Amino acid sequence: MPLPYYVSPEQMMKDKAEYARKGISRGRSIVTLEIRDGILLVAENPSTLLHKISEIYDRIAFAGVGKYNEFENLRIAGIRHADIKGYSYSRGDVTAKALANAYSQALGNIFTQDIKPFEVEVLVAEVAEANGSRNEIYHILYDGTIEDEHNYAAMGGQADEIRRFLKDHYRDALPLDEALQLGVRALTVTQNKTLSERDLEVAVLDRTKERRKFRRIPPEALSQLLGTQR
Amino acid sequence: MNDEHWQHQFREYGNSSFSDLLRRDSPHLFPSPAAARPPLEQPAAPELVPHGTTVLALRYRDGVIMAGDRQATAGYQVASRRIEKIFKADDLSGVGIAGAAGPAMEMAKLFQTELEHYEKVEGDNLSLDGKANKLGQMIRMNLQAAMMGLAVVPIFAGFDEKAGVGRLFKYDITGGRYEEKDYDAQGSGSKDARDSLKKLWKRDMGRDDALRVTLEALIDAADEDVGTGGPDLVRGIYPTVKTITRSGFGDVADDEVKRVCEAILADRARTGNGG
Repeated sequence: MPLPYYVSPEQMMKDKAEYARKGISRGRSIVTLEIRDGILLVAENPSTLLHKISEIYDRIAFAGVGKYNEFENLRIAGIRHADIKGYSYSRGDVTAKALANAYSQALGNIFTQDIKPFEVEVLVAEVAEANGSRNEIYHILYDGTIEDEHNYAAMGGQADEIRRFLKDHYRDALPLDEALQLGVRALTVTQNKTLSERDLEVAVLDRTKERRKFRRIPPEALSQLLGTQR
Repeated sequence: MNDEHWQHQFREYGNSSFSDLLRRDSPHLFPSPAAARPPLEQPAAPELVPHGTTVLALRYRDGVIMAGDRQATAGYQVASRRIEKIFKADDLSGVGIAGAAGPAMEMAKLFQTELEHYEKVEGDNLSLDGKANKLGQMIRMNLQAAMMGLAVVPIFAGFDEKAGVGRLFKYDITGGRYEEKDYDAQGSGSKDARDSLKKLWKRDMGRDDALRVTLEALIDAADEDVGTGGPDLVRGIYPTVKTITRSGFGDVADDEVKRVCEAILADRARTGNGG
């Protein structure tokens, strides 16, 4: 009987991480910003039908970069988790923290146990109630590492450059149009191109909305906010 | 073997129904007739269970109006004076519940979650027919409990975006679904409300006329049916009225309902009409 040849766990993890990182770095990026009336999510995404950003629950949104089928799977699992929890307890009991931990567990398990790790990073954002509590933004990596972010977050191919740019340019309590312009500038920071409303997928968790805070911004409204309307 | 694996994945992924998910993942939460059913030799005692009484829906120029009285009745007792019977199902539809209040409210909640779940997973809304069908299936699942006296018979109404009109559906306890053209009422006072609507409803009514007709019918139902509550001037409890139009599901403010109710009662006192 041939012996399976030995690979040290260290080497195996390293290889997997490199593999996952490579997959993610090929993808386009997503920027998340805390703004005056909530949380803004901006993705570079030329498709209007295959979303990278989506609604999970009343105050919670999801964003994913990397391999579409993998983060889409995670998105649906998240909606299922949230809807079951909200149905069996109450709508207020569904939190981003529990969801982010579930994602972290799932991705961590896949990373250590499966041959192929997920080539994704996901972000879970929860907009605060109006009365002074804080927004929550969780960023979960391919190996289950979980971080909570403040003010801004970036993931995808050029995440490091974007983060550096936002560190210098982010300001508190920006109104939607200025925040959007900043987000788009951040997405193009490493590239010599301009993004039009057709290349963008944008959504906000809008604190001023009733119950379901998630709102997509359609292309027509985008061009208005970007000031590129002809 | 391999085929089975991917086919399972495909089915599992392609399923955007919340009730299927609940039944599979958390069967203990699923409002199944087996859980609600008392032992067979011991029949349910429906007179001990609060029942919602009268709800109605009617079409008007901009869409549909749904309304219900606020009373729940258990046998000859008032179980609650402030119960809500009209629930928002999603932005463009609503459910009015009549029958055993507990299972009916549970069904409304499950139905709401079902529609929202579908919308989030698919990124698109179900068609109005799809929603009406789904509600019918939920009522059918309650059939066993219905035979024991815990029937749930809602009205479903909504705005059909494709057709650009308001539509309404009634159901029987077996989940049978019947589309009504102009108006319908459900619950113990439904016959009286329908009689009233039969005489007062007109095609293409404006919002004010439709609101008046709605409340006339509810006041008639409260007049004739002991289970149905009328406008309670002392406690300030008035019927729930909702409008569903192209622009969404909207409340009619209590103040406005109060004003119209008072006008109707004053007119009746003056003319002796409706006495």
